Amino acid sequence: MISVPELSLVVLVGVSGSGKSTFAARHFEPTQVISSDYCRGLVSDDENDQSATPAAFELLHHIVGVRLSRGLLTVVDATNVQYGARKALIDLARRHDVLADAIVLDVPEETAIERNAARPERDFGPGVVIRQRKDLRRSLSKISKDGFRKVHVLRGLDAVENASVTYEKAWTDRRELTGPFDIIGDVHGCRAELEELLARLGWQGPRHPEGRTAVFVGDLVDRGPDTPGVLRLVMDMVEAGTALCVAGNHEQKLVRALNGRNVRTSHGLQESLDQLGAQPPEFRERARAFMDALISHYQLDDGRLVVAHAGLKESFHGRASGRVRSFALYGETTGETDEYGLPVRYPWADDYRGRAMVVYGHTPTVRPEWVNNTICLDTGCVFGGALTALRYPERELVSVPAQKVWYEPVKPLGGPAGSAREPGMLDIDDVRGTRYVETRFGTRVKVMEENAAAALEVMSRFAVDPRWLVYLPPTMAPPETSTLDGYLEHPAEAFAEFAAAGVGEVVCEEKHMGSRAVAVLARTPEVACERFGVTDGSTGAVYTRTGRPLFADNGPLVERLREACAPLWAELGSDWVALDCELLPWSAKAGELIRSQYASVGAAARVALPEAVSALEAAAGRGLDVGGLLSRTRRRSSNAALFRDAYARYCWPVDGLDGVRVAPFQILACEGRATALEPHAWHLSTLALLDSPLITHTRHRFVSLDSEESRAGAVAWWESLTAEGGEGMVVKPAAYAPGRVQPGVKVRGREYLRIIYGPDYTESLDVLRRRFLGKKRSMALREYALGLEALTRLSEGEPAWRVHEPVFAVLALESEPVDPRL
Amino acid sequence: MLLTISTTARPATDLGFLLHKHPDRVQEFGQSSGKATVFYPEAGEERCTAALLLEVDPVTLARSRGKGSPDFSLSQYVNDRPYAASSLLAVALADVFRTARAGRCAARPELAATPLPLEIRLPALPCRGGPDLARRLFEPLGWEVSADAVPLDEGFPEWGDSRYVALALTGTVRLADALNHLYVLLPVLDDAKHYWIAPDEVDKLVRAGEGWLGAHPERTLITRRYLGRRWTLARTALARLAELGDETEEALEPAIPEKPPSTAPAGEPEEAAPDGEQDEAAPADGPPDEVVPAGPRSLSGKRREAVLRTLEELGATSVIDLGCGQGELVGALLARPRFARVGGMDVSPMALTIAARKLKLERMPAVKRERLTLFQGALTYTDKRLTGYDAAVLMEVIEHVDPPRLAALERVVFGHARPRHVLVTTPNIEYNVHYAFLTGLRHPDHRFEWTRAEFAAWAAEVAARHGYTVALLPVGEDDPEVGPPTQMGVFTRDQRS
Repeated sequence: MISVPELSLVVLVGVSGSGKSTFAARHFEPTQVISSDYCRGLVSDDENDQSATPAAFELLHHIVGVRLSRGLLTVVDATNVQYGARKALIDLARRHDVLADAIVLDVPEETAIERNAARPERDFGPGVVIRQRKDLRRSLSKISKDGFRKVHVLRGLDAVENASVTYEKAWTDRRELTGPFDIIGDVHGCRAELEELLARLGWQGPRHPEGRTAVFVGDLVDRGPDTPGVLRLVMDMVEAGTALCVAGNHEQKLVRALNGRNVRTSHGLQESLDQLGAQPPEFRERARAFMDALISHYQLDDGRLVVAHAGLKESFHGRASGRVRSFALYGETTGETDEYGLPVRYPWADDYRGRAMVVYGHTPTVRPEWVNNTICLDTGCVFGGALTALRYPERELVSVPAQKVWYEPVKPLGGPAGSAREPGMLDIDDVRGTRYVETRFGTRVKVMEENAAAALEVMSRFAVDPRWLVYLPPTMAPPETSTLDGYLEHPAEAFAEFAAAGVGEVVCEEKHMGSRAVAVLARTPEVACERFGVTDGSTGAVYTRTGRPLFADNGPLVERLREACAPLWAELGSDWVALDCELLPWSAKAGELIRSQYASVGAAARVALPEAVSALEAAAGRGLDVGGLLSRTRRRSSNAALFRDAYARYCWPVDGLDGVRVAPFQILACEGRATALEPHAWHLSTLALLDSPLITHTRHRFVSLDSEESRAGAVAWWESLTAEGGEGMVVKPAAYAPGRVQPGVKVRGREYLRIIYGPDYTESLDVLRRRFLGKKRSMALREYALGLEALTRLSEGEPAWRVHEPVFAVLALESEPVDPRL
Repeated sequence: MLLTISTTARPATDLGFLLHKHPDRVQEFGQSSGKATVFYPEAGEERCTAALLLEVDPVTLARSRGKGSPDFSLSQYVNDRPYAASSLLAVALADVFRTARAGRCAARPELAATPLPLEIRLPALPCRGGPDLARRLFEPLGWEVSADAVPLDEGFPEWGDSRYVALALTGTVRLADALNHLYVLLPVLDDAKHYWIAPDEVDKLVRAGEGWLGAHPERTLITRRYLGRRWTLARTALARLAELGDETEEALEPAIPEKPPSTAPAGEPEEAAPDGEQDEAAPADGPPDEVVPAGPRSLSGKRREAVLRTLEELGATSVIDLGCGQGELVGALLARPRFARVGGMDVSPMALTIAARKLKLERMPAVKRERLTLFQGALTYTDKRLTGYDAAVLMEVIEHVDPPRLAALERVVFGHARPRHVLVTTPNIEYNVHYAFLTGLRHPDHRFEWTRAEFAAWAAEVAARHGYTVALLPVGEDDPEVGPPTQMGVFTRDQRS
């Protein structure tokens, strides 16, 4: 019975003809086995071309490396009878922090020669096997020193024939434990505080009535008043199966001291040695054995939680090597020292992009803070700080203050995890290249590299600070094109579409004709700092649907909106809120566009068409046949006037913010809640609480799609809105509808559409009806999923880069060309 | 869009012979943009008027061009082409009156060769440069010009005038010349993007301008505008995104300089900005389209020299240009073998494409090519590709970053990449008093320009926060009152950090 680690490099060792390939095929998946013969074939078209051997091994090492970095068990099928060949593979395994096992197939020389002779392509003589066999013999005496975790020797044909392979889990792999957990920071001999904390957490002796499991992040010992008491408590819990403990650097050093090694008794080690010296020898031995057996880290809860004393970067999760242990126990340092002579720690958490939560201790901080889904629980209890626990999965911190300063710190307790930490800092690799963004709303969204490149430019040159840019609204498609005479869009198609998708009730909301605005507001600058990491004193941002600030100086608008939204703080139980709004008038933001494009067209038409009409009238007066052209030109002249009225409706003069109005129609998110998923009735009724001259309410009505009467009423309402010159309405499922249902469709009014399709669009409806909606609708769905994902990540307190990822993706999708009139 | 041509030469109806269009008929001519109709609102002995009415169907127009055309945007559908006398009208006129424009008339050859009293009316002529430019272009050709600006919207008088003028030309001019004047000058005045530029366009201009263009005082402007911009790189995702941001493509283009839209923080913003007397003397329409690398006497040349000299003095052998734009500095670095490793980063894919072309990346010898790394990145994202250089250069870059985002740039460059040296150049706003015609900042994309004191304060804070020392140096003529046009900060990392 051969047992290999689940993630390991398995190195087969045996002469040519010893049956390695047969063995590998019998015990492993074909994709797990990388054979040197196969690689030789790939690089030379001839598996026996010995001149290709160096290139073949280069390829083999590359494939093995890629597999190991992806965490895949890999078997190398090559003779490996020489030390050099095995050494190269062991080094490769170490580079990827996985263990290596060797399986030696030691079969009689004559069998191997016989087998080779039977295979025509192996026309080398018996000399090769004899030479390999000599190498193998020499190797076998000292292969155990090569650096393999285990060497499994199968001596003789029977042993090879009857062998079976099983897998063993890594010691660090406790993914089957799902908690709930109470993860406890560095105790350092503070027994009284530990007992108090456990009591606060609801522990009764070594057990928790709700079956919780304690996880200690290490550094139970040294410095504090009662290291033996702490060890006794924790050992009892671990033995009772109600606690886990990972090794801390202090345990490591204490074990070495107890083992009689010569270590410097600094950093509080002497206290432990003295206290343990007063204990009976049996206890000392029990404690030594316990600490000696502590492992570097645990993977828990299906890999969603990792606990290590000094933290652990993602590529080390579940791996085993000297440097993994070293990272887990000591963390990484920059190689520099600070003014107190202590090593400067490398802020690995800033770069952390893993999905697993990493909980650790080691570096005393005043207050635990989340950094990219990692948290340090060492709040310096022994230095007079506090002892802190994290309840998982609740993400709740519980701490008790130190009873006194038990040990003077060398330097004052630092901020979180060191000096220039910047948790909101985004990395180029968070957004660059072709990416797939996973959403929990039914789709995985692909972002093309060139779209990401375009978005990067817009994002970095024009967008607001990404810490405020927590959401971008999805594009919205119109309904299927109407066939009704004179109409391009009509509510009937919208209702039919949603009814067909199984939606029972929709809401029709008046579409304000202005500029789309997303407002993110914090109640105070302190909240802005705490929740969004913004420290420049700003309390929010208002930005367009491509992330640009709505006005050059957003400050006054944020200020006024924050005041107007004050009722929401209590109503939502949140100190911040993100709102989806329309800002009116259109001319406030789009004034330049209106003047340069719409008004210009209007001006040219206003002067050109009447003159054309009078020239044609004169010609008609002369008896020339210009009848068709004349009536057409007259009609175009009146269309141009209607066009001018269409844009002028949405323009009114504003002076600063006087005259500006904001129409919020959806509450996107607040603390702990991605409220965008709430039904629209909730949004509209909650927003109805706002009472301020700045705020415009959104007229709306709910429609039961199974009622013809209800539908007809809404159509009449739409007719009246658009007859007054309104832009139209948005039809949305009344409550969140999962699946491939549009989040909303816009039904725009007949006159409004002149602004979009041109003054004379009513003359060419037949052509315009051949519009293609598929791409727009698919984009709307993908962007909607990304937006909800961003809001969910935001409300769940995920790190900045995780929120940024889907937001950036929306911008990237928007760079795709799509008919801008839709 | 409408064009009328009247004459009072008697018998006025001879206009029909000259134009090869019978005054009593209504004739239609299919055009790629729509349909042109020629008819005569009046045809008497004393006075005869021919009208050319071009009906442009924007839907057809849009459909005739693919998504790859430069103006794939909303303005493709809602535009002034159906009403204004643009290049479409010039094209129709050239086609419909082809024979007349060539000066041929079998029936009245002497009339075709004779200057006639003519009156030409264009009710909506797009005229970039206003009524004044219309006068400057037509008056030297013997026209009396009446050009009235059309208000943008009478309901909103505060919006002012539109870009259209109602134009009436009267004069005694050969009809063929008059038609050629219009053919060339309509697109020149319109100065919108020319979508149909073909290689033979130069020949067409030469032919149509025969006998009058060579001596025209504004021939440079006419030629440049007529041939228009080359939009080879213009269709970009950026242009589309700009439009989504409620902005027209035009708004992205620098208002004064006429060059392909790009590129800040990529470009050489001041290439076209007032920069010494030479540039100020340039016509209001700015420098030629072809951007030639600024010579050593220009400010950008001096700046580049100052940066190169400083890098050499610092002994840097590997340098990354952050915001490398079209690669001027990168090229200069590569030309000096002492710089063994050269990096160029820019946020604009278009700037990088141009840089690659200008640097002839495809044909660069391998030894030189291996020294260079060119890539897209943004200074607001940490990026491990920025590490490992002796020096980083931020030449005229920081002023393109919104002030609230400067902290991110600072952390990316000084906190993360941490090269031994960082060179930062930026305009000195105090010096702007020397630019007589400058209103606002030196480039439309500048988010700020600093005084010497403001730059010094920022530099000192950054240096202190990240363990650097900084020296400030002037670039360009150091005016005793207001300082140099460009200021440079040379940051050097402390030895122990």
